[in-house]
Amino acid sequence: MNWTSFDTWIVVIGALCAMACALPGCFLVLRKMSMMGDAISHAVLPGLAIAFLITGTRASVPMFFGAAIAGVLTALFTQWISRFGNVDRGAAMGIVFTTLFAIGLIMIRQAADNVDLDPGCVLYGAIELTPLDTVGSTGIPRAALVNGGVLLANLVIILVLFKEFKLGAFDSALADTLGFSSQFLHYLLMTMVAVTTVAAFESVGSIIVIAMLIVPPATALLLTRKLPAMLLIATVTAALSALLGHLGAIIVPPWFGFQTTTTSGMIALAAGVLFTLAWLFSPIEGILVKRWHRNHSEPEEVPEPGGA
Amino acid sequence: MPPFQDILEVILLQNYNTRLVVLSTTMLGIAAGLIGSFLLLRKRSLMGDALSHATLPGVAIAFAVMVSLGGTGKSLPGLLLGATLSGVAGILTMLLIRNTTRLRDDVAMGFVLSVFFGVGVASLQMVQSLPGASAAGLESFIYGKTASMVQSDFLLIAIVAGVASLISLALLKEFLLLCFDDAYASAQGWPTLALDILLLGLVTAVTVIGLQSVGLILVIAFLITPATAARFWTQRLLPMLLLSAVIGGISGWLGASISALTPNLPAGAVIVLVAATLFLISMLFAPERGVFPRIFRHARLRKKVDRQHFLRAAYEVLESTADGEKVANVPFDLSRLLDKRTWTPHQLKQILRTARREDHIESTGPGKILLSEPGFGEAARVTRNHRLWETYLINYADIAPSHVDRDADLVEHILGAELVHELEKYLDDPHLSPPVPPSPHPLADA
Amino acid sequence: MHNESLKSQATFPPKSTEPRPEHPPEVPLAIHDLTVAYHRKPVLWDIELNIPEGKLVGIVGPNGAGKSTLLKACLDLIPKTSGWAHIYGKPYKKARHLVAYVPQRESVDWDFPVSALDVVAMGAYRRLGWFRRVTKEESAKALHCLEQVGIDHLADRQISQLSGGQQQRVFLARALMQDAELYLMDEPFAAVDAATEEAIVALLRKLSDQGKTCLVVHHDLATVTTYFDWLVLLNMRVVADGPAETTFTRENLQKTYGGKLNLLEKAAEALRHTIN
Repeated sequence: MNWTSFDTWIVVIGALCAMACALPGCFLVLRKMSMMGDAISHAVLPGLAIAFLITGTRASVPMFFGAAIAGVLTALFTQWISRFGNVDRGAAMGIVFTTLFAIGLIMIRQAADNVDLDPGCVLYGAIELTPLDTVGSTGIPRAALVNGGVLLANLVIILVLFKEFKLGAFDSALADTLGFSSQFLHYLLMTMVAVTTVAAFESVGSIIVIAMLIVPPATALLLTRKLPAMLLIATVTAALSALLGHLGAIIVPPWFGFQTTTTSGMIALAAGVLFTLAWLFSPIEGILVKRWHRNHSEPEEVPEPGGA
Repeated sequence: MPPFQDILEVILLQNYNTRLVVLSTTMLGIAAGLIGSFLLLRKRSLMGDALSHATLPGVAIAFAVMVSLGGTGKSLPGLLLGATLSGVAGILTMLLIRNTTRLRDDVAMGFVLSVFFGVGVASLQMVQSLPGASAAGLESFIYGKTASMVQSDFLLIAIVAGVASLISLALLKEFLLLCFDDAYASAQGWPTLALDILLLGLVTAVTVIGLQSVGLILVIAFLITPATAARFWTQRLLPMLLLSAVIGGISGWLGASISALTPNLPAGAVIVLVAATLFLISMLFAPERGVFPRIFRHARLRKKVDRQHFLRAAYEVLESTADGEKVANVPFDLSRLLDKRTWTPHQLKQILRTARREDHIESTGPGKILLSEPGFGEAARVTRNHRLWETYLINYADIAPSHVDRDADLVEHILGAELVHELEKYLDDPHLSPPVPPSPHPLADA
Repeated sequence: MHNESLKSQATFPPKSTEPRPEHPPEVPLAIHDLTVAYHRKPVLWDIELNIPEGKLVGIVGPNGAGKSTLLKACLDLIPKTSGWAHIYGKPYKKARHLVAYVPQRESVDWDFPVSALDVVAMGAYRRLGWFRRVTKEESAKALHCLEQVGIDHLADRQISQLSGGQQQRVFLARALMQDAELYLMDEPFAAVDAATEEAIVALLRKLSDQGKTCLVVHHDLATVTTYFDWLVLLNMRVVADGPAETTFTRENLQKTYGGKLNLLEKAAEALRHTIN
């Protein structure tokens, strides 16, 4: 293996992005809204397309805002449809994001002749190329700065509003009766998810975003029963996935006789592997540990694995 | 704008080039509409999303396997078989996570969706280097594409869609039970796990045959949108299923036709937009559960409550004025009404305006009010019926209180004249039972 | 039909009317003309209530009588169709600090990764306001609240590892933490063990001795008169309210429960129980 500073940057960028996602992802998972990450990351497409068609450039700032607005609108429309239409939230989400994605797809195809905007770039990103795009003479890739900035912003917001987020996710009715608007907290979280998604899509693609919003928090939830520990474990797992993912992207393809593959996909896979390890071996939740307990100690009130 | 002749040709399926594509998306829409209804009722709409993403590694791997076996890898049935297998693996993973951890459905779905999709993209990138990979159009499985279709592919899709539809109709009763109350179903001895797996199997089948034309991101719209739209129109299962199938079919047919007529319009996206439009119309206007009819009904309810409150309050004011004598219609102070109710001056103005429009009020002098003759009669009637209901609830009620409609007109219709007569006796005879419950607020008369 | 009903109003029994009692502003909870409608039908009609200070108030009524709805409407958790509910003479928005709410246990996800102490500390959030963290003093106070409900030794347990009764005690401790004057509790006795029930009753008594007012939605007619000193019998409307011993009568119960016979039998049993 030939590890260069290039690879280091890829891992750093991937890790920054993954950690930025994992933080709001913890609260998505706790609010039982994991699929919102998937919905938002698909639904930003028309925002990108409109911003592009209006400004005619791929300049980041308008695209960033266009996409972030589309992301928040997804949350808003989902809320409206499920509340005013009395529709199951999952179904509402599905309708909203497929519709927005379809609109984006049509806009891009219609403008395909004079536009260098490929829906594929939203999905896969091009993390392998990000180290090339550096800022000024610092030699620091722009993607590292962007994702690092988002990570910092998410971290600050969650630290400052930790107790409010905790309360809102645990008992939104109590939050309302105590005077902390649960609606405000909901949309703040949605905005964080949308901004994080958009910041990530350009450099690393939305696959990482969807995976990192859900999988590291789920892994952490299997390993701990404390919220601060959950946030910490999720962040570490996310960073570890980035490292293992990139290593995997280099090491795995030759096994099957291929040259390379995308780091993005492999980061998602790495996160899945870490989750599986936690699933099997977690001291509190692991399947094997629970089975061992059942065989070696008096019967506990552990739910029957594999049952119904 | 294509000439009218072309539009007609495509829509009526006379155009050979587009006939198979349009027909296949229509059938797909019908099957997905049926199966999606069960998915919606089982509150698992997004499972289709996770499932469709989970098919991607199967497509890539099937391609690689077929190439390594010496084929071109272009065979649709082969690719779809791979998609099915990895979709099933995705389902099993979801079920396993749900049954062995504390994690909820949404996490299980999100996990399968993202990890399988990541693996899919990674393996797709790997097999891109194989000969013929770009020609096989593997990427079109993500976004869908309107290709002219070979007859054998069409037959495959038609048969799968047809069989899936038939199975879902044949197992109507079983699926209904599963969706409504799976615990009860399994207590009754139904194999709920098998039924669940069968349902998800049907979802997989529909998803897989939709992959090529609609693409894996949008194919779930086929499963979710028509069913949700149909739900607005009816409260019953069979009509909902059929309507959902019709909406799905129309979306597939119109969407594919429009896409065929216009360059650069991907079929999947157009189908989704047609379905979304039908959904929006349903959500806003469906008489049963639509938004506008509901808002309208709520406003009417509010008005009805206000009207009753006003008339009853007025009658009770007159009653207290009469002080035990026969109640007579005399003018009284508006402030006495406001004592009884929490109307803001604005609300009161509106209520009085409505009352005047209904000719319930004769005149409203400064701060004074006099009921008209019909208004007085109506006030007496509303008050009487309200008290009859109260008495009924006290002495007979065996119905859920929420079914009581205290609005006047229906007392006799619901209870029958005889019972009403009986109730009136209760009201007349103060010894038998107090006519109206001794509430802490005698004027407002609970 | 219309004419008939017009005629019948002539024989209408006239109601005597008394001037409406003015509620003094210091009443913990005053509800006036409250109507709440869901979908097409009102679920609460013309509620008029004045809850006196320092009482242990039981809210009793059949299923679907709107008991929880009444509490939620007081807390602005659901919109009112008409009327108001004032807490110490103020609308809820201005009186949050005076009210503590104990929701039904099923209303939250007990798998949530927080400890019992964390949940109790949530009771201090309003005092702290936005941004400020939970202080040491508040944590100590939370622990003290857990002690009052007798489970301070479980403070660090994740809440899913508590029994149903212990979870209910955590909710009560959280309400204590709010340091309120008025406590609204939605079925705190539902599915708890006998020890917990006893502990809750003792706590309620203590609160009422301190001059606090507790409104408790309650199901078990057999214990009504032993637990509460003031009753509200509710069935879409207030059937009766007042001191427990004068309000808990066969007649009032029949009005509340209507023709639901087996419930009435239970009520009769309860009555015998109180007489003996």
